[in-house]
Amino acid sequence: MTFSTNTFIRRYGVIFGLIGIIIFFAVESPNYFFTSSNFILISKQSSINILLALGEMFVILTAGIDLSVGAIAGIVGAIAAGTTVATGNILLGIITGLAVGIGFGIVNGVIVAFAKVPAFIATLATMSAIGGITLIYTQGEPIWNLPSSFDYIGQGNLLDIPFSIILMALAFVVLWIVLERTKYGRHVYAVGGNIRASRAAGIKISQILISVYAISGLLAAIGGIVLASRLGTAEPGAGSGYELDAIAAVVLGGTSLFGGEGWIVGTIIGGFIIAVLNNGMTIMNISAYYQEVVKGLVILLAVMLTSFGKKYWNE
Amino acid sequence: MKSIILVAVMLIGIAALSMAMTIGFCVSTLNNPYFVSFTNGAKAEAQLLGINLIVMNANNSNSTQLNQVEDLVQRKVDAIILNPTDSDALVPAVVAANKAGIPVITLDRSVNGGKVDMYIASDNVEYGKLEAQYAVKLLNGSGNVVLLTGVPGASATRDRSKGIMDYLSQYPNIKIVANQTAQFDMATAMSVMESILVANPNVNAVIAENDEMALGAIQAIKAAGKTGILVIGGDGIPQGIQAVKDGTEAVDIAQQPYKMAALGVSAAFFIVNGLTISPSSLSMPLFPVTKDTVNQWIASGD
Repeated sequence: MTFSTNTFIRRYGVIFGLIGIIIFFAVESPNYFFTSSNFILISKQSSINILLALGEMFVILTAGIDLSVGAIAGIVGAIAAGTTVATGNILLGIITGLAVGIGFGIVNGVIVAFAKVPAFIATLATMSAIGGITLIYTQGEPIWNLPSSFDYIGQGNLLDIPFSIILMALAFVVLWIVLERTKYGRHVYAVGGNIRASRAAGIKISQILISVYAISGLLAAIGGIVLASRLGTAEPGAGSGYELDAIAAVVLGGTSLFGGEGWIVGTIIGGFIIAVLNNGMTIMNISAYYQEVVKGLVILLAVMLTSFGKKYWNE
Repeated sequence: MKSIILVAVMLIGIAALSMAMTIGFCVSTLNNPYFVSFTNGAKAEAQLLGINLIVMNANNSNSTQLNQVEDLVQRKVDAIILNPTDSDALVPAVVAANKAGIPVITLDRSVNGGKVDMYIASDNVEYGKLEAQYAVKLLNGSGNVVLLTGVPGASATRDRSKGIMDYLSQYPNIKIVANQTAQFDMATAMSVMESILVANPNVNAVIAENDEMALGAIQAIKAAGKTGILVIGGDGIPQGIQAVKDGTEAVDIAQQPYKMAALGVSAAFFIVNGLTISPSSLSMPLFPVTKDTVNQWIASGD
């Protein structure tokens, strides 16, 4: 993977963006925002979105998109919680949930790879269907009274670090190795960058496609379990709209929606930017209306800067 | 109260003579046990009266609900029962139904235009006032309060906020340290509350405009390891009532969504059969549930 000046500028742009926002809030609220406990909170609050964004990134790298990650998070949270309550076995609940997430991911991948349906349409359809299945499974009622072992995932600490942050870090390390240090990872970039050349080089396109959607489904499943665990409740509408923040994190981090280029560390930074914005604005007691406007402008600015930077350096 | 008795008596008398009526039931969301109970009440009453009830879930989207109402108007249903996602945005839908001569009954929230034949809701201003009243009483008139409000455009939010603010303004020693919307949603409330707790280490009470948000706030308080913060919610959903029992929620201003929707369906039944019900709006009673009264509330079976 070549390391052009333009990529260099883009990546440092993202880092400076995050630092800039942090400095802004630190000045506005030095006593509350700029504390280690608040930074731990921000990491915790970003963990679910980053888990979804990491999986989403794999899909976007192949020039695809997965709009169903929020819905998958919702249904897996419900199934994991429901199975745990019904069987009394949390391990069974989690494994069932993860399997369901991977399963739906494979369905997405098969539709995109074989039925040749554009990813946007395919995952929009599965998003809708999965949301409906969640409502049927839960009959519209939340699943609560979960055992404390289930609560641990989203609420517990391991060596004083919130477990959800540890999960996020683990997912990041594993996926970084897969993406940057394996042949498979190179193939993912290749399929997104130039699908014809990849096919000519003998890469099994359909296998790559199905696998990235499966990864997205798996990460969405983990995120869904963390979400249900954090609330101590699996809600029928959980995860709704989460796909937008996941995609925003991926895009903010410098991954191109056209596929073929991206930076996994950037996805983490993108997720932090969103979480810092939410946290900082709430601490400043800014009205929710303005919060939405600010968030939208930041994302727009970030995308404009990266495409402007690309254009400037290419000329 | 009189109109409830009137409706109930006529119900017993006329129930046997129901015709196959089709009524559209547009609920704002089903992602809340309050609205699930609400819809179940409507379905049960419809079954009792032999009405074909078409239930539509708008998932909190104004445009979806507008489309759903317009579809029902196209299908020439006998009446439309509407629980609007937004009190302003759904006015065109009501107007469309008015033009087609289809009676409209609004439940739980109002619309700010068009002609509505019947409006049944809890008095949301009173809801807010009761929440504030309990907060002041339990805080002995002074303290730092966080306010978690609902979906910005809904009349429920507006009315409850009015009730809360009007009451609290009489107590200068009560300070509202944070006022944020959590969209009536548990996950949002938890995130928002966590950040609020960072900026405000000395919170004494949280007034949440519904139970979903109260429960989210309770989770945030638990995660932050804080104790002694009073949480006040409303709606009376099972999880909220359990929280009152457990002592994590101080007061739950319970509503009766099941009964409200059932009354809405029977009101629609009578209006379609040509009766004009007066008065054209009905206020459902509210029940503040505390640790002392929670067992009675559960036993009363709502």
